[in-house]
Amino acid sequence: MATVEERPVGFGRMHRKEDPRFIRGQGNYVDDVRLPGMLHGAVLRSPLAHARIVSIDTAAALQHPKVHAVITGKDLEEQGLAWMPTLSADTQAVLATEKVRFQGQEVAFVVADDRYAARDALELIEVEYDPLPPVVDPTEALDPDAPVIRDDKEGKADNHIFDWESGDRGATDAVFARADVVVEQDMLYPRSHPAPMETCGAVADFDKVNGKLTLWCTTQAPHAHRTLYALVAGLPEQKIRVVSPDIGGGFGNKVPIYPGYVCAVVASIVTGKPIKWMEDRSENLTSTGFARDYHMHGEIAATREGKILGVRVRVLADHGAFNATAQPSKYPAGFFHVFTGSYDLEAAHCEVKGVYTNKAPGGVAYACSFRVTEAVYLVERMVDVLADELAADPAELRLNNLIKSDQFPYEAKTGWVYDSGEYERALRIALDMAGYEELRREQAEKRERGELMGVGIAFFTEAVGAGPRRQMDIAGLGMADGSELQVHPTGKAVLRVSCQNQGQGHETTFAQIVAHELGIPPEDVEVVHGDTDRTPFGLGTYGSRSTPVSGASAAVSAGKVREKARQVAAAMLESSPEDLEWETGRWFVKGDPQSGKTIQEIALAAHGPLELPDGMEGGLEAETFYNPPNLTFPFGAYVCVVDVDPGTGKVAVRRFVAVDDCGPRINPTIVEGQIHGGLAEGVGMALMQQIAFDEEGNCLSGSFMDYLIPTSLEVPDWELGETVTPSPHHPLGAKGVGESATVGSPPTVMNAIVDALEPYGVRHLDMPATPARVWAATQGGPERGT
Amino acid sequence: MQVSMTVNGEEVVREVEPRLLLVHFLRDELGLTGTHWGCDTSNCGTCVVLMDGEPVKSCTVLAAMAGGHVVRTIEDMERHGELDPVQQGFMEEHGLQCGFCTSGMILTARALLDRNPDPSDEEIREAISGQICRCTGYMNIVKAVRWAAEHQPAAVEEG
Repeated sequence: MATVEERPVGFGRMHRKEDPRFIRGQGNYVDDVRLPGMLHGAVLRSPLAHARIVSIDTAAALQHPKVHAVITGKDLEEQGLAWMPTLSADTQAVLATEKVRFQGQEVAFVVADDRYAARDALELIEVEYDPLPPVVDPTEALDPDAPVIRDDKEGKADNHIFDWESGDRGATDAVFARADVVVEQDMLYPRSHPAPMETCGAVADFDKVNGKLTLWCTTQAPHAHRTLYALVAGLPEQKIRVVSPDIGGGFGNKVPIYPGYVCAVVASIVTGKPIKWMEDRSENLTSTGFARDYHMHGEIAATREGKILGVRVRVLADHGAFNATAQPSKYPAGFFHVFTGSYDLEAAHCEVKGVYTNKAPGGVAYACSFRVTEAVYLVERMVDVLADELAADPAELRLNNLIKSDQFPYEAKTGWVYDSGEYERALRIALDMAGYEELRREQAEKRERGELMGVGIAFFTEAVGAGPRRQMDIAGLGMADGSELQVHPTGKAVLRVSCQNQGQGHETTFAQIVAHELGIPPEDVEVVHGDTDRTPFGLGTYGSRSTPVSGASAAVSAGKVREKARQVAAAMLESSPEDLEWETGRWFVKGDPQSGKTIQEIALAAHGPLELPDGMEGGLEAETFYNPPNLTFPFGAYVCVVDVDPGTGKVAVRRFVAVDDCGPRINPTIVEGQIHGGLAEGVGMALMQQIAFDEEGNCLSGSFMDYLIPTSLEVPDWELGETVTPSPHHPLGAKGVGESATVGSPPTVMNAIVDALEPYGVRHLDMPATPARVWAATQGGPERGT
Repeated sequence: MQVSMTVNGEEVVREVEPRLLLVHFLRDELGLTGTHWGCDTSNCGTCVVLMDGEPVKSCTVLAAMAGGHVVRTIEDMERHGELDPVQQGFMEEHGLQCGFCTSGMILTARALLDRNPDPSDEEIREAISGQICRCTGYMNIVKAVRWAAEHQPAAVEEG
């Protein structure tokens, strides 16, 4: 990595503007908010996965000297608030009324003087449960005699949620019928959890006098939350202010509205006091948005020579007890139908069936770009399965099937239009960086000695930056993002954006976007976000959409300001706007570079007594509500080298090469940092992370003792490369990148592990590749997980 | 019960419940919110502070156990307007993103450099292996600590 450049005016490496507060411990996270008279809330949760509630006795808790209120589902029912809408047009219990449907479900909410007393009072609540048989296995959920989980829904007689398909079934079947080679593979993308370092929480402060609710909340989408609170609670939207201060990591965990937030709001209205609710780690892992849980059956068809003809997929999607996945509403399987990946195929088809089980709700919640992770994992594993069948080199097989650069824009068989790409070049660079030929020689030598070394390759195409708003909405809110740019008289600027920083460095990169477009130094641009009273409406930050949507919005606003500045400069120079030319930070007269005005001079004049053209108002500002014409399609080629201990099954990730293309990089240091983080998360998913359940529906992964997160000892130094293929439709050519590495790295690691196990005839292994599972595979044990 | 300890160079005395955790004592009693809380099980290390110069996870230390000891938090790392080289290193090498694990990482790195001014990458990885970062993939944290090792002030201040 190069060193930090001195003050780039625009794109380039620079120190982050966020860092000075964080390195001093001066960030302001939700749990750091302290208000006068603030009380603390705690949630009582169900110990059972499926049970009828016979009775709830709160009398003893209410007698606790420090307790102010105890709220149950019955209390909420009287206000019509016991249920709330989810982001997938389903309903979710805020507090359970007649039944609990997963272990950890919210049953009651206690308000007390401090967090210790609130926890004490939870112990004093007596709940009598009548246990029901739990539905844990998603296949068994579809049995005709399976217990019905959602009997709250009138007429609901099964656990089926939806059937959805994409692609051309007939054309795909025809391709498979005439293919020389067809291979199939069952695989599970296990349930995982994003587990950001900061858990979820809120501080609700309802001002009875003016009827205003202020909610500090761990949310990646403050504006969407505001609208949903207005719809759920019936509060007027202008009387709701959602503040998302510093967020300690999101990764998708902080998109949904959780029952705890709603309880804090209700409790503040009831008690007239500010209420803080922060969940603990166990609550975070067992009750907030999980991710994945896709049970997939993949098939791939090819010619004997290795030309891939088609892919066919069936998915059983375990959505837990409430369908609360956060995704564009027309896409119940998210963007899974991008599963044709980076390959030029003749036909493809997928079917996805969603089911309820007695587990926590969620599904789209972990740096997954609305299930592109599952799609890329499937196709990249299937290509390796095909390579195994054909005894072909996996790199060669990919090179022969990648979409060619002259085929862009490329329309995939499931309807996506990939904007731009130069795939073969990226893969060749990655193979060169890894020293692929040499690695294969080393592997052959080691195999002679009985040592297990594996080389894994994956190529991914991401699909990020939702909308367009006509096709993509969340709970009826079109996926677009606002920006407002005001240049003050002294030439300093404020940019207000609707996206939400959770560590991405928006305060830096968005200032750089304005700098790039206007020549105002980034340190002179203040970026305001995370406060619905101070920023324009927009859908927020998830699915790698900040740069593709909000970044474009900021660039368009800056472009509008630049055009207005041209008019003002023309008035200042007594010239015509058409005779002016722009260079960074300055309009000047064509052919006379000495006669010009800087953006700072123009800003002052725009606010001064200067006579402006007819119809033009003073000031120098602009706003945009940016509706993207398409997604952006970043891509990358990854190579991983692993060593497997045959005695223990322990996998060591020795090297990881990642070549990413996200178009021009606004701040390369920040992009590289995001890739590093995603790679580590991918190693975690591949090797250790799973939210597991026993047959009673007890969650077995309720703490960091059981749900393992990679540390500094499990990940290598990352080796990064890049290519730059601009997006033709983004005003800066930029594409999203935040989730590229979490999408691309899990199949890369797994392909490497399966490659290492080739001497044992292993063709597939489900994640997580724990030592026990890897060792068992060397002994002829099961490849599949549950 | 009454506890007294030295926090960031100042003697503090408070009446607390015996069960109060040090992390909550620092955050809620003293308002030192730069120390974060992340897991309850001593796994994540976002709550690390220095006690008598050694890193401890303040979610598994009772305030009472810290009585009579010297506690140092992130708020004390910048002295006389000068950043600790570790703080500067995190900024130079982009060793942080969301900032939540940063305080604990910086304090652990400070303790490492105090006993080993020139650690190898492996020693740095070992030192921070009890702490989790979800954003950075660790490589830049290792580089940040290396940066600090290479930019130690001539005379190291007393801890």
